[in-house]
Amino acid sequence: MIDIRGLDVVFGHGSQLHHAVRDFSMRIERGQSYGLVGESGSGKTTVLRALAGLLERVARVSGEMSVAGESLQGSKRSRDFRRRVQMVFQDPFGSLHPRHTVDTIIGEPARVHRLDRIEARVVQALEEVGLDASFRFRYPHQISGGQRQRVSVARALITEPEIVLLDEPTSALDVSVQAEVLNLLMRLKRDHGLTYVLVSHNLAVVAHMCEALSVMQNGSVVETMSVQQLRDHTPSMPYTQQLLTASLGYDRAAIDAFEEFN
Amino acid sequence: MDESPLLRVEDLHVSYDTPTGLVKAVSGVSFELGREKLGIVGESGSGKSQTGRAILGLTAPGGQVRAQRMEFGGIDLLRADARTMRRIRGGGISMIMQDPRYSLNPVMTIGAQIEEAFLVHRNTSKAQARQRTLDMLSAVKIRAPERVYKAYPHEVSGGMGQRIMIAMMMIPEPDIIIADEPTSALDVTVQLQVLAVLDDMLSERGMGLIFISHDLNLVASFCDRILVMYGGKVVEECAAADLDQASHPYTRGLLNCLPSLDGGQDELPILQRDPAWLTATGASK
Repeated sequence: MIDIRGLDVVFGHGSQLHHAVRDFSMRIERGQSYGLVGESGSGKTTVLRALAGLLERVARVSGEMSVAGESLQGSKRSRDFRRRVQMVFQDPFGSLHPRHTVDTIIGEPARVHRLDRIEARVVQALEEVGLDASFRFRYPHQISGGQRQRVSVARALITEPEIVLLDEPTSALDVSVQAEVLNLLMRLKRDHGLTYVLVSHNLAVVAHMCEALSVMQNGSVVETMSVQQLRDHTPSMPYTQQLLTASLGYDRAAIDAFEEFN
Repeated sequence: MDESPLLRVEDLHVSYDTPTGLVKAVSGVSFELGREKLGIVGESGSGKSQTGRAILGLTAPGGQVRAQRMEFGGIDLLRADARTMRRIRGGGISMIMQDPRYSLNPVMTIGAQIEEAFLVHRNTSKAQARQRTLDMLSAVKIRAPERVYKAYPHEVSGGMGQRIMIAMMMIPEPDIIIADEPTSALDVTVQLQVLAVLDDMLSERGMGLIFISHDLNLVASFCDRILVMYGGKVVEECAAADLDQASHPYTRGLLNCLPSLDGGQDELPILQRDPAWLTATGASK
């Protein structure tokens, strides 16, 4: 479904040059959930943005990318691609227009793609994410963080996408709300046969949601593994092992053994 | 070592008068803090940060603080005058906030900021303060203290920024540190390294820590004792090691709704909130 080979992303020039992603490759089958994990600055979000074509005039992108057989050139994306691939961002406050109602926000992609029966689609999308129609005419600041993230998911669903790119979709949420959103994402995936690319720094979220994952560090893939390896705590690279140990909680003795990886 | 508690809080209430009515941020919180690591956990809006701020008299304007008792080293914190409170803040109880990018002064060198924290509380020479600052920077495991001393906050990483905050809060040698989500903005490995620095200094100096966090697993593994807050109340108090045997349905719900690294259930159990939790009095032990 998604095939990326030798992706390189470079920001800036000269002394400001930053090689954010180096020789990145991944292959995702239809209906899979694929995790990209790593610490801040590892390039995981940049990979998503490069795939979505959001780096135009911001960075130099090279390498081969194809989605459902369609080969992607630079940051150009076909109208069809933009309908089939949608994105959900981390911060539901920052990614919803503060002066648009929920109805306008969710309906916008449908209008952009000139879909029919927009009102019915908005109501249906809201229903799918567990919000009733009374939410339509509220503004983002009038609803809770979890509800805002549901609205972001509804906006992504309205174009009936096949692929949803999820960039830290629950890291701004409380754990009880995170559980609700994760359950929602799992159900939508089953109901619609979606393919997910999930960027997260939280290994437990990836272990719960994904079938396979790539661990990134400093722009490169350190290790690609099955979720079973992650659940069994048997990664093959020391960097991943350390990340895993750190995710298990505070252990004074283990911390002294931490290494710097560069 | 002295076993009497460093801090006593009894029946603390914090409320805000808003146009839509009285909002009770904290209602009836009681605890004692010894020379230990006490974790306060809860979700956003549970009142955990408000509790920490009220102790230091840092409640936002408009907020009303009431308590039966709030006592630190024989001083009544509710009736202390501004001068006494200034002495206590930093000198007796200090606070580490979440993001060093917002809590460090961007136009002052790191050395000057840490020195200032020392000079305010100690009658000493500039040269001595400088030496203490450099020692402190090494103590928080900063490799090139001389270089960092002259640097500005934007020139250091988040993990280093938070270690600098720890150095600044530790240098007046307070008895209590209140750390409000001190490592939530950091990557996991850096987070643990920063906590290890804090942990070592706490045990060396025999200080008390109030660790405010939303991260149950982290608090359970880092602290000695835990208070779980919900809706402005402490709903459960337990030893950190016994968190997995917590009895309150809210605590159980929080623990259950966490996805597990060992993986795979399809559906995470959703936390069902019971309105009775808000009216129950006192902590279940």
